[in-house]
Amino acid sequence: MNIDTVINPKIIIKDLNFYYGNFRALKDINLSIAEKMVTAFIGPSGCGKSTLLRTFNRMYQLYPKQKATGEIMLDGENILDPKQDLNMLRAKIGMVFQKPTPFPMSIYDNIAFGVKLYENLSKHDMETRVEWALRKAALWGEVKDILKQSGTGLSGGQQQRLCIARAIAVKPQVLLLDEPTSALDPISTAHIEKLIDELKEDFTIVIVTHNMQQAARISDYTAYMYLGDLIELGETSSVFTNPKRKETEDYITGRFG
Amino acid sequence: MLNLYARRRIINAVGLSVSVLAMLFGLFWLCWILWTLLKNGLPALTPTVFTQMTPPPGSSGGLLNAIAGSAMMTLVGTLIGTPIGILAGTYLAEFGQRGWMAPLTRFINDVLLSAPSIVIGLFVYEIYVVRVKHFSGWAGALALSILVIPIVIRTTENMLRLVPSTLREAAAALGAPQWKVINFVTLRAARAGILTGVLLAVARISGETAPLLFTALNNQFWNNHMSQPMANLPVVIFQFAMSPYADWQQLAWAGALLITVSVLTLNILARVVFRQSATPH
Repeated sequence: MNIDTVINPKIIIKDLNFYYGNFRALKDINLSIAEKMVTAFIGPSGCGKSTLLRTFNRMYQLYPKQKATGEIMLDGENILDPKQDLNMLRAKIGMVFQKPTPFPMSIYDNIAFGVKLYENLSKHDMETRVEWALRKAALWGEVKDILKQSGTGLSGGQQQRLCIARAIAVKPQVLLLDEPTSALDPISTAHIEKLIDELKEDFTIVIVTHNMQQAARISDYTAYMYLGDLIELGETSSVFTNPKRKETEDYITGRFG
Repeated sequence: MLNLYARRRIINAVGLSVSVLAMLFGLFWLCWILWTLLKNGLPALTPTVFTQMTPPPGSSGGLLNAIAGSAMMTLVGTLIGTPIGILAGTYLAEFGQRGWMAPLTRFINDVLLSAPSIVIGLFVYEIYVVRVKHFSGWAGALALSILVIPIVIRTTENMLRLVPSTLREAAAALGAPQWKVINFVTLRAARAGILTGVLLAVARISGETAPLLFTALNNQFWNNHMSQPMANLPVVIFQFAMSPYADWQQLAWAGALLITVSVLTLNILARVVFRQSATPH
């Protein structure tokens, strides 16, 4: 129902169902993600927005009892195809989590870790790449003199930008953000929102957020989900000012959820 | 309401007093033991303890061969037991989610963890000493390593489980294969905790007597060949303390003090290592 609303789709999802054991957490999702735009998933807790995000890089495969059926086409290739090489897929689709997850190593090695998985760069090229990623993530100025220090010593907001730098250093095409600012203070949140706005020039971004104002501020498209159903997808401005569905209106006006 | 609050305060006071009494009771014996050790051990702790060999009855000497033997067997036992323990603990924590292998291993490990150390000594006696037909340092180290393994397995598994799963997910989301996630991220994050476990295992085995009685036995003379019977502090203490000779008894006190101090040091070291990692830098 919503596929046609998106021009120039990067990801097309068809009849996606997701199961935690016997519990059906996503119900026949059909949805498109626009290339080099920001798409936000909103909805009350437990609606399946994070679950949906985690199907894009098949994160759920770490856990034996979770499974997805249907199709997620990325540039015409089905992500859910069992023949799909998982590590190559994750090189194309980066992810940033709710809580900052710096690895227990230096700031430099945090960034280099992902790059080394795919590329054999010389020392100089690696330094250039690390700087590029840190600049992109608006962190370079703060850490350029302490690259050898542990990434776990940074503040929460800096750690989260380090995680974003780590994800983009691999040069993915899609960036998945799972509530990236919900553990951060307002100033760090503003930093990251500004960053997301800049990053969409290079990356297709999908963000899950609890914060409706955030979705309104930073996204081009918004999808509203409820109890595993996709209720509405549309351009953010129209979803927030002129929702087509009653359920969406109730949620964004605060009458529900 | 006031009544209820007064009741709560009384219960609190009673609970607190009982806990403090229990603590004092425990501390009392501990302090007594330490006091006795210091009182009898310190005068016996002369420089000759560290420079001379264990003497024949009735003459003076030191504990050098026993100290060296203990150090060698503890070192070798730790070197054998630690890699096995860390590997098995990693298996349990990182791969033990499915199947029957992991629960079974965990159960056997718990049994091993609480197995009396004399049984371990007899076991090594039976499978090793009987076959080579003499006691040896290797047999002692082997028995000690069997004590190390379950402790290291348990702490490694527990420490790896403390690593948040989001850290594993973050590494996997970059496309890292599982062996890289484990080697470079999870094991590294749990490093200090695992090291603490190893230190505690060393502390545990450095005072063990029973497994050495049947394996390394003892040796009156200097010996740095692991294939020969080997002197060691716990067995020397056992033998000397039970003897009627004053010189031997003095040395037993010195040895007991040495072991206690080194175990105490190891425990403090383990705590410092663990605390340093717990506080963010």
